[in-house]
Amino acid sequence: MSMINYASREINCKLVYYGPGLGGKTTNLEYIYGKINPDTRGKLISLATEQERTLFFDFLPVDLGSIRGFKTRFHLYTVPGQVYYNASRRLILKGVDGIAFVADSQAERMDANIAAMENLYENLTEYGFDPNQVPIVLQYNKRDLPNAVPVEEMRAHLNPAGRLPELQGVAVTGKGVFDTLRAISKQVLKSLS
Amino acid sequence: MKRADLIASIGTTDLEQIESQLTSFLRETRARSASLVDRTGRLLANVGDSASVDQISFASLAAADFAASDQLAVLLGETDFATLYHHGERQSMFLADVDGWAILAALFDRRTTLGMVRIKTKGTVTRLSRVFSGMAERGPTGSVVQMDVGWAADAESEIDRLFTE
Repeated sequence: MSMINYASREINCKLVYYGPGLGGKTTNLEYIYGKINPDTRGKLISLATEQERTLFFDFLPVDLGSIRGFKTRFHLYTVPGQVYYNASRRLILKGVDGIAFVADSQAERMDANIAAMENLYENLTEYGFDPNQVPIVLQYNKRDLPNAVPVEEMRAHLNPAGRLPELQGVAVTGKGVFDTLRAISKQVLKSLS
Repeated sequence: MKRADLIASIGTTDLEQIESQLTSFLRETRARSASLVDRTGRLLANVGDSASVDQISFASLAAADFAASDQLAVLLGETDFATLYHHGERQSMFLADVDGWAILAALFDRRTTLGMVRIKTKGTVTRLSRVFSGMAERGPTGSVVQMDVGWAADAESEIDRLFTE
């Protein structure tokens, strides 16, 4: 739920990058941090293990500036992907406005993608959200790898109804990263207005 | 945490009431700063000397800190941990749950004591909780400036301009 602070004229939206472990969620945020105008972003905070796996979350605030008198800000979060970190994932979803689901296109990660999607729906439901009403975009990441399964197959497993907008990405090179950010940001704005 | 709902908007009168409570708290405790952060990690209000602190990051981490503690409490068979204390060499931090609505975060140094902060937190939390309950019942109070009809279109343009390489 976006927070509209009429007193300070601020709108804060929470976007969460969700998906299986090692799928590229943190890489998306790191790329955004590296490429976006430094004046518009805050610090990138990573609560990670020594092996640079996300332990709790990564956090990056991005400021759109003042729009018609309202300072508009997006808070970007990632969640830890590993199955056993579900408690942490659920905490980060609290108050979420939009989700970028980062799926790993490698054939051997399909089960992990499906489990992460099911887990997302379960966690959203637990918070009282109707998962079909929450803005979600789907990024098929690692499209450059030789073992990437065709998009049609990804769709059949993760987006069978075709309801979710889809983007293809190679997050390490930045391909699709900003497309994903724009897509989910606009979906959230639509849900606000 | 006792409340599941989140406050979606704050009006000018609400913020005045919140800031008035935080200011009184600072005066009584001589703490350096007092912030109110919602459970999703968004800063709602801040008073005092916090110029050197990145407030956006602080809010996000304070909420995460509290959320993790809540889960630890559950593991231990407690309902929640109502307060958290972090002791530093020059500065310390005391965090208190505002009945599930928000988190009151006080930063303090040697000009005061943990005991003083802890004692004064109790009443402040009760009064802040009343403000939040009122907001939840009535919606935002004071002058509520409606968002311009063109806001969404302008925001989309900004997204196209900024979220690019």
